[in-house]
Amino acid sequence: MKENFLESVFKSAKSLYNTLPLILGTILFVSLILVIIPNSFYVNVFRNSFLDPLIGSLIGSISAGNPITSYIIGGELLEQGISLVAVTAFIVAWVTVGIIQLPAEAMILGRKFAILRNLNAFIFSVIVAILTVLFLGVLA
Amino acid sequence: MNLKNLSGKWYFLLIVILIYVVLFFCNYNLFLSAGNFFFNILKKIIPVFILVFVLMSLTNYFFTPKFISKHLKEKGIMKWVFVVIAGIISTGAIYMWYPLLADLKDRGLNYGLITCFLYNRAIKIPLVPLMIFYFSLKYVLFLTLLMVLMSVVQGIIINELMEVK
Repeated sequence: MKENFLESVFKSAKSLYNTLPLILGTILFVSLILVIIPNSFYVNVFRNSFLDPLIGSLIGSISAGNPITSYIIGGELLEQGISLVAVTAFIVAWVTVGIIQLPAEAMILGRKFAILRNLNAFIFSVIVAILTVLFLGVLA
Repeated sequence: MNLKNLSGKWYFLLIVILIYVVLFFCNYNLFLSAGNFFFNILKKIIPVFILVFVLMSLTNYFFTPKFISKHLKEKGIMKWVFVVIAGIISTGAIYMWYPLLADLKDRGLNYGLITCFLYNRAIKIPLVPLMIFYFSLKYVLFLTLLMVLMSVVQGIIINELMEVK
């Protein structure tokens, strides 16, 4: 039992170590981008409340990697004034839509299934984002 | 470390560091601003990462792939409930699960349940502290509940689209 637990701790440490370069690289990169690009740029890209979740979902869908990265990027974008609906769509699409993994998913689970599942996940990332923000707005 | 053995993520970090080195010589003010921004973010998230590590260790210890695949054979409504739980507690890269899901599909796990499982993998319990740090507890709770609900809705839709009887 003690050995199994140590094995789990080691596995988690290895998993975090494996993501470390990606996390550090992302934070360094995000820091640079947020310093270089003025807030007015984001305001111009995300200025349409109808298109915001769609743009967020699109960017999230073509991105891949550990969800930690998406939370860091999303959280920092939120602090820069990007709408919560866009950020939510972005982080939900990041973890539910897998354009990068699509070929592997299609090969193993079937092409029709992989395409339908990813398409569905994309549409639902927009729906989930809108509902989340609407509900939080009602609560507030 | 041999350069040939470096993976993409290490190359990514090296390239970003290289950009900072160039900035140090070409635009010192920008280097300082970005560096400060970086250390401020790092300072904020290090305690959260310690908590993430503890939660990851506990999840890895209690929920192994063997344990999950054993319980994916539940019947009726319980099947959906277990698929939701299995998706949430499953760990590791998504592509590691494809072969297991393909095997379970051959043994009767339908496309809707696979969809539900894959969607719930987006909910990462060990990462909840980091999400709360950035987005608030209320937001995380509601988003998680909504995603669980939508995972079942999506499963039903996929079953319809794939004409699962």
